[in-house]
Amino acid sequence: MADKREITVTINGQAQTAEVETRTNLADFLRHELELTGTHVGCEHGVCGACTVLVDGAAVRSCLMLAVQADGHEVTSVEGLAAADGTLHPVQEAFWKNHGLQCGFCTPGMVISVAAFLKDNPNPTEADVRSAISGNICRCTGYQGIVAAALEAAETMRQEG
Amino acid sequence: MKPGPFTYHDPTSVDDAVALLAGHEDVKLLAGGQSLMPMLNMRFVVPDHVIDLNGVADMSGIADTGDALAIGAMTRQCDLASSEIVAARAPILREALSFVGHFQTRNRGTIGGSLCHLDPAAEQPTVAAAYDAELTIVGPEGTREVAFAEWPLAYMMANLAPDELLTQIRFPYWQEAHGAAFVEFARRHGDFAIIGVAALLAVEDGKITRASVAVGGADVQPLRLADVETMLVGAAPGDAVFAEAGAMARKIDAMSDAYVTTQYRQRLAGVLVERALAQAASRATGGE
Amino acid sequence: MVRYTGAEVQRMEDPRLLTGHGRYVDDIHLPGMLHGAFLRSSHAHARIRSIDTSAALALPGVHAVFTQADLAVPDVAQSMNQLYPAPVIHQDITQHPMATDEVCYVGQTVALVAADSRAIAEDALVLIDVDYEPLPAVVDCRTALADDAPMAHIGSENNMAGQLKSAFGDIDGAFAKADHVFTGSFMQHRGGCHSMETRGVLARDEPYGEGLTIWSSTQCPYLVRRALATHLGEPEDRVRIIAPDVGGGFGPKAGFYPEEIVIPVAARQLGRPLKWIEDRREHFTATTGQRDQQWDLEVACDKDGKMLGLRGVVIHENGAYMPYGALLPFTSVTPLPGSYAIPALDVRLDIAFTNTTPTTPVRGAGRPYGIYAVERMVETIARELQIDPAEVRRRNFVRADQMPYETGAKLRDGMPVRYDSGDYHACQEKALELADYAGFKARQDAARTQGRYLGIGVSACIEDTGVGPYEGTTVKIEPSGKIMVRTGAASQGQGHHTMIAQIVSDQLGVQPEDIMFEAADTGKFPQGVGTIGSRVTANVGPSSFDAAGQVRETVLKLAAETLEAAEQDLELEDGEVRVAGAPDLKVTLGELALKLAPMSGGKIPAGFSPSLEATSYLGSSGSPVASGSNVAEVEVDIGTGEVRVLRYSVAHDCGNMINPMMVDGQIIGGVVHGIGNALFERMIYDEQGQPLTTNYGEYLLPLASEMPHIDIVHQETPSPLNPLGVKGAGEGGTIPAAPAIVAAIENALADFGVVIDYYPVDPQYLTELIDAAGAQAAE
Repeated sequence: MADKREITVTINGQAQTAEVETRTNLADFLRHELELTGTHVGCEHGVCGACTVLVDGAAVRSCLMLAVQADGHEVTSVEGLAAADGTLHPVQEAFWKNHGLQCGFCTPGMVISVAAFLKDNPNPTEADVRSAISGNICRCTGYQGIVAAALEAAETMRQEG
Repeated sequence: MKPGPFTYHDPTSVDDAVALLAGHEDVKLLAGGQSLMPMLNMRFVVPDHVIDLNGVADMSGIADTGDALAIGAMTRQCDLASSEIVAARAPILREALSFVGHFQTRNRGTIGGSLCHLDPAAEQPTVAAAYDAELTIVGPEGTREVAFAEWPLAYMMANLAPDELLTQIRFPYWQEAHGAAFVEFARRHGDFAIIGVAALLAVEDGKITRASVAVGGADVQPLRLADVETMLVGAAPGDAVFAEAGAMARKIDAMSDAYVTTQYRQRLAGVLVERALAQAASRATGGE
Repeated sequence: MVRYTGAEVQRMEDPRLLTGHGRYVDDIHLPGMLHGAFLRSSHAHARIRSIDTSAALALPGVHAVFTQADLAVPDVAQSMNQLYPAPVIHQDITQHPMATDEVCYVGQTVALVAADSRAIAEDALVLIDVDYEPLPAVVDCRTALADDAPMAHIGSENNMAGQLKSAFGDIDGAFAKADHVFTGSFMQHRGGCHSMETRGVLARDEPYGEGLTIWSSTQCPYLVRRALATHLGEPEDRVRIIAPDVGGGFGPKAGFYPEEIVIPVAARQLGRPLKWIEDRREHFTATTGQRDQQWDLEVACDKDGKMLGLRGVVIHENGAYMPYGALLPFTSVTPLPGSYAIPALDVRLDIAFTNTTPTTPVRGAGRPYGIYAVERMVETIARELQIDPAEVRRRNFVRADQMPYETGAKLRDGMPVRYDSGDYHACQEKALELADYAGFKARQDAARTQGRYLGIGVSACIEDTGVGPYEGTTVKIEPSGKIMVRTGAASQGQGHHTMIAQIVSDQLGVQPEDIMFEAADTGKFPQGVGTIGSRVTANVGPSSFDAAGQVRETVLKLAAETLEAAEQDLELEDGEVRVAGAPDLKVTLGELALKLAPMSGGKIPAGFSPSLEATSYLGSSGSPVASGSNVAEVEVDIGTGEVRVLRYSVAHDCGNMINPMMVDGQIIGGVVHGIGNALFERMIYDEQGQPLTTNYGEYLLPLASEMPHIDIVHQETPSPLNPLGVKGAGEGGTIPAAPAIVAAIENALADFGVVIDYYPVDPQYLTELIDAAGAQAAE
């Protein structure tokens, strides 16, 4: 018999209870159990970063965490980044303005990573940003628009305090 | 690419974890998961049981014991990297951690996980080798201590019985005035290094009084370069002596695989030992 | 009024994608859906003696296990159709949807499990017992054509899949009169696809006989429709292919894959929707890519370095099957001689079967190989004759006054290769200025005093873009006043919606936000070709411009009648038609649309057809040829062999730009892909044909941390081949990157006399070259 557990996870501010097979990773749980398909799965071995989400505020690879490990924790996925009224997060806004995405597949993980990085590093250099996003692979943009977006978002967030 | 079926256990104490280990066959311990989870996903390992240590109390934390830095095995790399104690007492660990994966993996990855996984090129075991770290192991018979030199038994195999658990790592402080450096060469930022070098040098009155040089990635386990260390002690730090150290390091025992030759590993060991020593010496004498 | 065409309009696609509301194949959940996983060959070459699926079938949660014999297609023995037949193909060998009695590469489809979850399907894969008889494999294309090479296929007499040649001019005469003849011998390796979204197929057999609906992560839904309908022996209109959001394509998603037959057929047999999502490990072996080409060239030139002729032989690693004709080989040699006016050419290309994953185009297709080859020979001339490489290029470029210029080469269809417009000299000067080429020597000398080795490299390229024959657009004004635009062209991130909205909104006097957009759904637009070869802007640009123009004409005519005004007095703006000077006399686009869409009893104005819409298939009358010059500045660490790209400058000419921001995005992304080819990406096989790089720790994609900031300057030489003056921009970043990087590395190591004969240039290889050069110097 499949090993299953009932878990309760607060996702984007809402407590969700579900039964999961214990081998299910957090990314698949979000995507297929909760149909929060904004979190993408690009490699399933923790390198590409497309599945990055926040767990208790820290950016992690959701393909490298079992869903059952999120029991009792708070998860923020890309769907929870914009304000409730739909206003884009400054990072999302800056990505839009600076052509920080093309196909959009790496974008959720990239946006989450940049948002988490800027929270702890409000005044980064270009090199800091490039190092910070080196754990997120983008095949389309060549990263330049993403770097520009991160720097612009940093400035916006500094101004907004 | 989904894990095979397993039974999941989440003990809350070391005793429970040890009891679970004793009671089950074919078990994998899940620490930060940054190495084990990919292996599960790819079915490189298909254990019957996974024991998750993330809920175990008293396995994480960073303490200054006066003569050593004591780190719980489940301490996450991000916490080590931001620790003021680490920055003050063993800054080389922080420097090494900056090369470990990416900030997202350091948010989960643990020092104990890395030391048990024992990837030959991993940074934390190389630093542990340079520091003569001491490890605390808990098993059904109680607690035992292992010096890092006795820790790797073979390629990616730690001195840990199937029913044992690594609970703590201690880095004994160097009491002498010293400098340390960790340098490595990886193809890309955050990749496993091809070669990583940890060097510590104590310098007094213009002479090297103590030296430790560890090289990761060359062989199946981190290597201490005893001959280099012996040569360095008593010498005046400087380009010539570090170049000689590099030349000696170039003769290190090194493996080859489908991606990297023995010769290239040796070359990098030589280049990086020289660079690490120069930087450690500069730091020992108050520079950067 | 032109307001949006040419402007940096923010993309219409982005808010949805930024907030997690994209819809990729794996995001679609259908009721009753099952999940598939493929068993793939673990051997590079083997005979299959038997397959036992009984244990897998017995696993709880497994609904079915299919082998080729279990697929209810009209002829199970039939292999897949050749997508691009060509007379140069000698052995037209394509694979079966699933292997029958032979496997010819690791990753080939052998069986499919359909289960309640992907995890259970994978559990079952382990239980399938295949009895293989291993056979010798051929892996290295350089030895594949030798007499004693193992055969890639049982029953073949040799591994020559085909052979082609590009030749013109008096080649013997050119070499006879040359002052110098230089040779070049080098291997080129280009990597795989590695779109961040892998491939995926979801199929549903519609319950009331409406046919099959297939969601596929494809660049070419109409090609998939054609191929699948042909296999099934069914009308194309009973097979609906939808490419939803697609997470990157780069070429390998442009084919037709075994999974695109197997999943729909299995879904039909199961009577339930079935989804298969390629995992990343599968992607390395099951998705086509590019790999090796060995080039052996000779160039003839005069004493000033002016090239007179180029000849040689290429061996192309084809992989095990030929699903995609000889497109890669053709696009490798037809761009020769690149940006240069060389009067004579004779290059033969041998296509070698190997027991590796089949090859098909990746960003640039064969062009990066061909351009790299000719750029290598330019560098050789510069080195041997001690002439500045930029000057050698100046002496050889096709001149602006020679446009349109026919190189002498022929396209696949036999038509001459013709460069429609461009100014390669001016383009190079722009790049040199951007790179401060003149100031480099001082930078290099200063660095050398600190023991640092800097180098600079120049490259030039042309890119034939916009291959036809068409990519249509329908523009329709809805009664709501919104504009619905439909096209067949699939997007994998290029921003087609935005590009088309810019063109259409200018034609119709509306805002880009008023344009609704649907694409890549064969059920919604009748015919299309696909998104390949930098062709969409040069095809959909004109068709959307033309369709919207036709609608505009109808709007003005109808408004003139409605408002009882002369057409020339009408202004079309803000979604309204107004009479100039009489602001109250106006009618909205929605009101006009309603007039042409009356319900029962209504009346269509005389001379008009129902529905305010038009469809156009206008494209480009020929292939617009884009061009570019790149300058790379690198630093080489001679201790470790590491290459850092310090600075990268691009001058690019893709004619008029619809959205310069998106063009920059294409170029920068393309350059980084090209740097990946030059320095990082290598798909390694061992001698038995086992792939050794099947994850992202082993196969190195370019990361932000190693990539430079890229500076771009544009030159806009309009194409005369379409009304917008546009050329394609999708691959012009990638094509010239590797030659610029490699030239820069050689320049940095000129003191050592290092000549690079292979890329990707990894640091180990570079240190071997440095050491070998040092050893030679010491002798």
